[in-house]
Amino acid sequence: MASSSTPKYNSNSLESSGKRTLKDGTNWEQNEEIPRLPGETRVTDKDVIYMCPFNGPVKGRVYITNYRLYLRSVENDPVVVLNVPLGVISRIEKMGGASSRGENSYGLDITCKDMRNLRFALKQEGHSRRDIFEVLTKYAFPQSHNLLFFAFLNEEKFSENGWMVYNPMSEYRRQGLPNERWRVTFINEHYGLCDTYPALLVVPYNATDEDLKKVAAFRSRNRIPVLSWIHPETQAVIMRCSQPLVGMSGKRNKDDERYLDIIREANGQISKLTIYDARPNVNAVANKATGGGYEGEDAYPNAELFFLDIHNIHVMRESLKKLKDIVYPNVEESHWLSSLESTHWLEHIKLVLTGAIQVADKVSSGRSSVLVHCSDGWDRTAQLTSLAMLMLDSYYRTIEGFEVLVQKEWISFGHKFASRIGHGDKNHADADRSPIFLQFIDCVWQMSKQFPTAFEFNEQFLITILDHLYSCRFGTFLYNSESVREKEKVTEKTLSLWSLINSEKSKYTNPFYSKELNRALYPVASMRHLELWVSYYIRWNPRIRQQPNPVEQRYMELLALRDDYIRRLEELQITNNSKIPNSSASSTSPSQMMSQVQTHF
Amino acid sequence: MLGGGARAAKPSFVSYISPEEIHIKEPIEKEVNPRLLPGELLLCEASTVYKYMQEDGSNRGTYGKLVCTNFKISFLDDDSASDDNEPEFKNKIVGENDITLQCVDQIYGVYDEKKKLLTGQLRKYPERLIIYCKDLRVFNFCLRYTKEEEVKRIVSGIVHHSQTPKLLKRLFLFSYASAAPNNTDGRNQTVMFDTLEDWRDELERTKGNVKYKTVITNEGYRVSEKLPLYFVVPICISEESILKYEGRGIPIWCWSCHNGAALLKMSAFPKEQDDSTSQMQKAFLDGRVLKKAIEVAECLERQHTNVLLIEETATDLCCVISSLVQVMMDSYSRTKSGFQSLIQKEWVIGGHSFLDRCNHLHKSEKEEAPVFLLLLNCVWQLVQQYPPAFEFTETYLTVLSDSLYVPVFSTFFFNSQHQRDTSTSGESLKTQSGPFRFLTVWDWSVQFDPKAQAFLNNPFYAEKPKPDKSQRKTARFKHQRQLSLPLTQAKPSTKRGFFREETDHLIKNILGRRIGKFINSSDEPPNNLREFYDSWHSKPVDYHGLLLPRIDGPEIKVWAQRYLRWIPEAQLHGGGTIAITAKILDLMEEVQSLQVKIEEEHSQAVSGDVHSVTTPRNSARLSSLFPFALLQRQSVKPALPTSTWKDLEDEDDLVRRDDEFLDLSGDMS
Repeated sequence: MASSSTPKYNSNSLESSGKRTLKDGTNWEQNEEIPRLPGETRVTDKDVIYMCPFNGPVKGRVYITNYRLYLRSVENDPVVVLNVPLGVISRIEKMGGASSRGENSYGLDITCKDMRNLRFALKQEGHSRRDIFEVLTKYAFPQSHNLLFFAFLNEEKFSENGWMVYNPMSEYRRQGLPNERWRVTFINEHYGLCDTYPALLVVPYNATDEDLKKVAAFRSRNRIPVLSWIHPETQAVIMRCSQPLVGMSGKRNKDDERYLDIIREANGQISKLTIYDARPNVNAVANKATGGGYEGEDAYPNAELFFLDIHNIHVMRESLKKLKDIVYPNVEESHWLSSLESTHWLEHIKLVLTGAIQVADKVSSGRSSVLVHCSDGWDRTAQLTSLAMLMLDSYYRTIEGFEVLVQKEWISFGHKFASRIGHGDKNHADADRSPIFLQFIDCVWQMSKQFPTAFEFNEQFLITILDHLYSCRFGTFLYNSESVREKEKVTEKTLSLWSLINSEKSKYTNPFYSKELNRALYPVASMRHLELWVSYYIRWNPRIRQQPNPVEQRYMELLALRDDYIRRLEELQITNNSKIPNSSASSTSPSQMMSQVQTHF
Repeated sequence: MLGGGARAAKPSFVSYISPEEIHIKEPIEKEVNPRLLPGELLLCEASTVYKYMQEDGSNRGTYGKLVCTNFKISFLDDDSASDDNEPEFKNKIVGENDITLQCVDQIYGVYDEKKKLLTGQLRKYPERLIIYCKDLRVFNFCLRYTKEEEVKRIVSGIVHHSQTPKLLKRLFLFSYASAAPNNTDGRNQTVMFDTLEDWRDELERTKGNVKYKTVITNEGYRVSEKLPLYFVVPICISEESILKYEGRGIPIWCWSCHNGAALLKMSAFPKEQDDSTSQMQKAFLDGRVLKKAIEVAECLERQHTNVLLIEETATDLCCVISSLVQVMMDSYSRTKSGFQSLIQKEWVIGGHSFLDRCNHLHKSEKEEAPVFLLLLNCVWQLVQQYPPAFEFTETYLTVLSDSLYVPVFSTFFFNSQHQRDTSTSGESLKTQSGPFRFLTVWDWSVQFDPKAQAFLNNPFYAEKPKPDKSQRKTARFKHQRQLSLPLTQAKPSTKRGFFREETDHLIKNILGRRIGKFINSSDEPPNNLREFYDSWHSKPVDYHGLLLPRIDGPEIKVWAQRYLRWIPEAQLHGGGTIAITAKILDLMEEVQSLQVKIEEEHSQAVSGDVHSVTTPRNSARLSSLFPFALLQRQSVKPALPTSTWKDLEDEDDLVRRDDEFLDLSGDMS
């Protein structure tokens, strides 16, 4: 980065946030004009005017590769840089027509998935806009053009192999499974039982594979109740599944009823099995009309059902849209708090966290097994089980543990990343898109904010995950399910995001982390304790700047000082022990060193 | 020095039996006596009062005695537990279950599940008493098991002593001052601004003495009882003119910027009446006030212009703005003694009507306005945004806000220096052997022992490197500023005259009496201001230089420590910023002990173990509300917010949809 030909980045300009992405490719040729990853190829470049919403029009040259859009200003000092992976682009629109008057009114308007819009003004002469529009559309939406995701072309090398992070068998073993009550089944080895579930499942010992097949017939998309997590002491478990196919007529299924009873009995519990239906009550009822529903009292007398009132993917999508409206490009000034409230974003976060706390508390202090589902069990259910697990199991609060958690509860259990994010797909208005995973990461951030010493990873880790949720540079979040990923040979042909992170762990490590085993961590989910994640949602705004945390800096200085002292002390002791009586010539005098530390007590 | 009387009540014992169950076991009649301060008199008491732990209807609580003195309302636990759980941070004057009479905000009685505000004479006595405090505590007492006679006495006593108008001389301040042995030490670093010398020193410190002078015109309060005995005015202003206008319309110096530009304030005759004070109570002002302070700072710092703040009495928003400007521009005001001196200068001596604004005497609610709390709130925003820039912590600000209601100190219990001086002389109180010698709140040892006082000091403070040791004797002047006078002097006096702001409608509108307009105005600041703000924020922060608060909506936070500290459900066990602070303090201790060891090694002393043996605090056990939370109240159950889902307005169609539409009923066959 320090090479002379690289532009000096204005650390204060919003574009500097592009640096983050830039730095990821540090092992690439430093004297290249624009950063390129191994496997990244240049497609075109053009003179444009970048209509920066904060600093006004910026003359520059835009370079488009098969991975990114890179802009560098030609006149500004310091140089303005934009570095945008094409994967974050959600929509490209032409603005202005042939008859457009007014300066800079003709060009392209690009909507991004990461809370910003980019606007470029182009010359009307020639076909410059048509060319750039076509190129961008083609490479930003490879799925719609029969092209490969960049992840399949990426030739980066990393010292760590992120695909090795998650091995379902070793994760279940870590949890002490299988045991005399829970077994591992290979019934879904070829995804025959359920094509959106992973190959390996943990089910009650007392349920046969035949039983599972029968149960599958009564659960939406065959997503039967399977084990997510077992409490090491209470042996109470968190199970996940989809809704039962009760329908209007109120169908019952003896096998499903018996299966739930087996689950209840598996930890020797006499009390009822707790079922958390993530949906609002009315939605669960409404689902009966299309064949779904919930576990009724008559059919499941040994179960207690609670609704958690979390809204569907459409409500969440609209909420985030509203949030973007009040933070980009300008932060709503006059009525900030009421504007924020009207987006309901934090209200949704509150409900997700509240639900997860209830699940965790039931398993931990209530010593009762719980079953979590929503409609299909891949959105709200994933949020609830993974957050509850994060609250209960300190392993998931480490960098690798969190990677395992995401890999397990989200990726392997079929959260439909492809549909929710719309990777490489031009259909920006697709109703399947929804920021469910972002909402989960926000909840994790809320927890890490409330417990600043409990997580091994820092905020940068979470932001990096979100950046690559969209970038398509890694295979990690591509496709909807394990079965498709296997078919597409993702682990063979692409790299894992965890390779990048684990090769440079120190960058993502929280210096304040204190390892604590088996302490349940319950965040306070009331509105007064939830904050907007400013350094993510408003990070493009130069006025809302993330300054280096002075407290963290101080801590790092002290750590360095301590290590230095320990080293000096060891040296001194060696010198003293070797009994050289005259040590007056030793390096620094202690008083000189003392002046560096200031204490106030 | 307060004798044994200052000990606070011990932490409450938690009873898990509801009052209905209690008659199984006779309440232990044990003689528990309130600890009284010198001059404090027990007025009434009631036994077998049941104090609910919280207002959550759980019925958990403790039995005890409720007493009312001429200083406080106090609940005394029957079953005072052992001393094991002595909190690390406690107030020696006001205990956990003490409410000073001035701290009482409102009292409600509950009659048949209905809440009624209690103000004066009572005909019926309630079965429950709810006391709302100005420090946001809420006490809930059940009187159902108390003798009727005692209920009558305690309820009317509490209501009378805390809610009805009072004479100044009836304040506990006076009984305490005459009864307490006074041996406050003068070692306090705070400049009190009650002598001519203090003002001269301040002029010298800020290099304001080139253009401004101290005046003694108000000796004997000849000019005005609202003005301080001594103050500073522009050199060109004559004593006659000060006398002539009784101090009105005279620019009074607050502070001089390093470039010579000065901040001044002036009281003007009222133009119109409006209920500005009530407006202020309602509005969430932090952001606005901070913005105005930035405007003033810009005038001083960049335009080198004098700024004159005008207000009817120049003692409310003038104090807020001028104090904030100084906190932002003068790093001395960000030290503890500097901040305290600033409060003395602008507020206590400056003539802010603490008595009226806090309504300490219950004379008029119309005059009540939390102006001083507004300042603390704004300073808190800065402390949050720039932790290394302040010598004090948010805990300091919180206990300072609490001290507003503790009539042991005179600091916040007078409307003016004149009122204080005449009261001190004892003239009006013939029976007493005046003059009184009051305590100042700045002597923190009165309220906190040294261990607790440590929580007021910021461990992250980036102390200013001291330039020269030989100069340290005059400690007060260590924050001297660089003077760059030529700039100002070379600049011809502005066309608009000496005070640019005399014709500047903006500031006048803002800081004049018309506060209502100021609050509602959404006037976009001029471009040069935005530029000043943005350009400052684009540079790395110099913690000893100018400090501008970030004022965009998302940057203004809620002062959680002050506002949420009594809510047990808001606690995070092992969380909050205290978790990080504890880690840093541990590390600092470790580094210190390593230093000692290195020193020992150098002096060839015994060689010990290399690794430090300091026992780390267990940050997991601290609550985020530390130091205000009580650990023994920790519950294992997580708190769930009461979910009141508001309608998603026009999104009903979305709400009712399912995630993905798929008719499952067809799958079945």
